[in-house]
Amino acid sequence: MKAAAFAYARATSVVNALELLAAHGDKAKVLSGGQSLMPAMNLRLLSPDILVDIGGLAELRGIAVRGDVLVVGALTRHVDLLGSPEIALHAPLLRDAVAHVAHPAIRNRGTIGGSLAHADPASELPACVLALDATIVVRGPAGERRIAATEFFKGIYETALSPDELLVAVEVPVAGQGVAFFFQEYARRHGDYAIVGLAACAVVAAGSFSDLRLGFFAVGDRPVLAAAAGKLINASVTPALLAEATAALADELDPQEDQQATAAMRRHLAAVLLRRCAAALLARPELEKGATR
Amino acid sequence: MSAPVSVSLLVNGEPIDAVVLPRLNLADFIREHLKLTGTHVGCEHGVCGACTVRVDGEIVRSCLMLTVQAQGASVETIEGLSDSGEIADLQAAFRERNALQCGYCTPGMLMTAQDLLKHVSMPDRPAIREHLSGNYCRCTGYQAIVDAVEATARTRAERRA
Repeated sequence: MKAAAFAYARATSVVNALELLAAHGDKAKVLSGGQSLMPAMNLRLLSPDILVDIGGLAELRGIAVRGDVLVVGALTRHVDLLGSPEIALHAPLLRDAVAHVAHPAIRNRGTIGGSLAHADPASELPACVLALDATIVVRGPAGERRIAATEFFKGIYETALSPDELLVAVEVPVAGQGVAFFFQEYARRHGDYAIVGLAACAVVAAGSFSDLRLGFFAVGDRPVLAAAAGKLINASVTPALLAEATAALADELDPQEDQQATAAMRRHLAAVLLRRCAAALLARPELEKGATR
Repeated sequence: MSAPVSVSLLVNGEPIDAVVLPRLNLADFIREHLKLTGTHVGCEHGVCGACTVRVDGEIVRSCLMLTVQAQGASVETIEGLSDSGEIADLQAAFRERNALQCGYCTPGMLMTAQDLLKHVSMPDRPAIREHLSGNYCRCTGYQAIVDAVEATARTRAERRA
């Protein structure tokens, strides 16, 4: 189908974009790369009165290291994340995740800011920013505010952004000593929406986790930072302990049932991913099999 | 509200000035306004890849891009790539290997395959499948398409050597 009629404004600056958003409130939608917004509009799931196109704002582009923080501009495209030496060095989780986001032609236009603001519970980048303990930088009429990624996602397509605010950047802590990452997802075909996925960030020292952040996606109405990770931190990870953690994970998750999978199947796959993640990050392949029953 | 917007862009190297409704996507602009009907429209939500074109040298879904977003951009369609001879060998390989039947997906397939061959000189079959994974073909079963892209990569590599 075709999108319903709407008005179009090409923002000339962030300030101008904020003026436009203030004037139109929730009747406006921000257009970044458009790779989620345009399908939703073509399917008539969304029909905003006006699109505010921020695509030309150079001030929202680019990746920079400031001290121990990696600042990723909202308009940074998926293809930019894939090719960036800074991302490869300081936050390779984002690169690994983006390789699973759709297909080359989509990755050439889709942006990190757009993906986070859209907040599809099955998409990869929201779970990554949870795992990375990133901060979402937002600008509004009252100035700038910083929102912890853990506070940002509120539900299906819902975030802490208000209609007069613009997501301008993501701040990611630079990966320090001993930090390791894991990314895997189940999808029917590579590039499809995940059935279940896991983006994880860990600190591994002397064969155990001194920190572990598990960002699961496609398991509920928003990405989930699993509390079950706590069972594996500062502990000797045995198959029995891992079985305890996967049981806690299954209790904690409240996955939806849809055409792709039942809730039980999603719980099962999440447990498989957790075992694989522990096995990979601790370099102990035997953990993947789980406890013998 | 929703007043027409003027837009200037290059299409296959030719300067175009137009006044369009904001809702007009680039695929429909190319097809309906410019009558370049080689760009096909399948799903209209970014899944099938039939509408793939190049914008500033990179492949994009023209159904997921508004015409007004192409302001100042250089758009290349299958007609441009075909007329310039850039993909003549790839087209010949598609013909020789029966890599098309109904032909609906073919312009998007050629666009995407050429994009891969520009970036990777000798992709293996999994890499070809991965790059083409966003382009649906309902006739061929893909095997012949992968054959044609692989054969083109090989002949281009031999020509360079």
